[in-house]
Amino acid sequence: MRFTNTLRVALRALRRNTLRSILTALGIIIGVGAVITMVSIGNGAKSQVEAQVASLGQNLITVFPGSFSSGGMRSGFGFSTTLTPEDADAIAAEVKDIDGISPEIRDRNQVLANGLNWNTQVNGVGPDYTYVRSWAVVQGTMFSEQEVKSLGKVAVIGKTVADQLFPNEDPIGQTLRIRNLPFRIIGVLGPKGFSIMGSDQDDVVLIPYTSHMRRVSRRSYISQLLIQATGPEKLDKVKQNVEDLLTQRRKGREPDFTVRTQEEIAAAATQTSKTMTLLLAAIAGVSLVVGGIGIMNIMLVSVTERTREIGIRLAIGAHGKDVLTQFLIEAILLSSLGGIMGVTLGIGASQFVSYYNGWPVLVSTSSIVVAVAFSASVGVFFGFYPARKAAQLDPIDALRYE
Amino acid sequence: MAPVVQITDIHKIYESGEVPVHAVRGVSLDIQRGEFVALMGASGSGKSTLMNVLGCLDRPTRGTYLLDGVDVGSLNRNDLADLRNQKLGFVFQGFNLLARTTALENVELPMLYGRNRKLSSKEIRERAMHCLDIVGLSKRFDHFPNQLSGGQQQRVAIARGLVNSPQVLLADEPTGNLDSKTSVEVMGVFQKLNDEGITIVMVTHELDIAHYCKRNLILRDGVVVRDEIVKDRLIAEHEMSKLRSAEAAAKLTAAPGS
Repeated sequence: MRFTNTLRVALRALRRNTLRSILTALGIIIGVGAVITMVSIGNGAKSQVEAQVASLGQNLITVFPGSFSSGGMRSGFGFSTTLTPEDADAIAAEVKDIDGISPEIRDRNQVLANGLNWNTQVNGVGPDYTYVRSWAVVQGTMFSEQEVKSLGKVAVIGKTVADQLFPNEDPIGQTLRIRNLPFRIIGVLGPKGFSIMGSDQDDVVLIPYTSHMRRVSRRSYISQLLIQATGPEKLDKVKQNVEDLLTQRRKGREPDFTVRTQEEIAAAATQTSKTMTLLLAAIAGVSLVVGGIGIMNIMLVSVTERTREIGIRLAIGAHGKDVLTQFLIEAILLSSLGGIMGVTLGIGASQFVSYYNGWPVLVSTSSIVVAVAFSASVGVFFGFYPARKAAQLDPIDALRYE
Repeated sequence: MAPVVQITDIHKIYESGEVPVHAVRGVSLDIQRGEFVALMGASGSGKSTLMNVLGCLDRPTRGTYLLDGVDVGSLNRNDLADLRNQKLGFVFQGFNLLARTTALENVELPMLYGRNRKLSSKEIRERAMHCLDIVGLSKRFDHFPNQLSGGQQQRVAIARGLVNSPQVLLADEPTGNLDSKTSVEVMGVFQKLNDEGITIVMVTHELDIAHYCKRNLILRDGVVVRDEIVKDRLIAEHEMSKLRSAEAAAKLTAAPGS
């Protein structure tokens, strides 16, 4: 039988039991819709995390303090106090392909200004910091190397701090008190949004790390070291050189630092959302399989119901193959139509979730293609058994069937 | 000329039950082109089994069957399907039309399979219309089976049987579900087709229906017990006018011609 005829016969068979066809397809519609919605939500979350990783800066390498041992007692990671500005200077002097480098000392402090006070992150950084993190200074300027060397009492504030302390005024030139020390505000940073950890990156005050170490926190070590490589292809090389140099500077002691590239951080950060997406898609996939079983069930009913019809077709010259194709096409049509409607439902549901929950949602073409292809193959897979059963009927038995 | 149907010592044994059933026990038969044969017999005489064998729907346990010179025993399932499609036309007792499918589409059905699947849809339509015209139903081509009377449904089924210009038209109790008048009407169609040269083999258990045929074969317990030419053959046209007059006399319908 020609394909157009087969298609017409299949469509007519589906139309003959419209409600039953719709209910059968509903399994697939919900399955595909769920897969697309879940993958969209997962992708949205992933893209958000990726954007946050990108907000760290470009071609970034971060040196974290590691663990240390003292008299047999070993601390956990991040507690070593041996990462110092001198390490930064050594790296800057000896490692090639570095575009910028900045130490970072993190601390929380209550700051006062303009008759208001605010608890915020006070970070000691180098002059390259804003460059390394691709962070624009929208008002004023970043402090200079000179101000770092001279333990200058200058500060560059984040947008949140500016909004909180200077709601109606220009913060430039104003005085900010940290631990009662006056710092002159010389710059305001552009908005950066939330970090991977979910904290507000704009809730920050940057001061020269030297001032931070001597005047504010009175620490001799830094929290982390940010290095920008000249290009993405240099990342691994620079990372290796930094590790080698730091190991060399430790003179045979256990390495008390960890070096991570941005890719590694990104990979770790997106891992969770990837797992989540996979999990959601798997759950949704189960409903697709259940939908497929529904199709198989209805196709089996349909074969039984139409045994006489099959008998007539076989008696007047249909090959088993013709009957097989007819029922298979019917099953595929049912599942594909369900798949297409499911895509519509999925996109709609994604938009709905995005609109009402404010979650970022990303409907990917690949998930649509995969879902529709999968639903069609569900049709083939679950339609094959009933179709083959029909094709193998004996014409006499089929004709006699009541 | 070689007979169109030539069966030699056909046996059919059903092994499905506990005791094997020997339904056909050695039937040999030649049917020439242009014959109009009635297979008769009581229930269980093996006439339906023989019909299924003749229709290539079932294979004999023993014996040979040559249909139009082709040895049917050597063919596989698909070849048999093609043979049924090309050389045989079927008319069933229960009409066996596809429900919710128009008369025209029902008649087109055999052309969708087999060799004719390459025909254009226009050609298919024209041939189906022509066959509906032969059985006098071309005006009702777009009716569904449930909108047609029993006799009309059977005529659609006959048109379907004719559409691939078969060598033999096989009819299994074609009047079994019809009243006597409609039966005569359907037999009239068969006689007309036979007059045009189509070979017809039909199964019936009604003696009067068998009298419309040219040759009667009586089966009993799986063997042919009588094979005779019908002498006082009934002509459907005459019987029809007799019926009409009788009906008119009984005031069932208006008198013919008035």
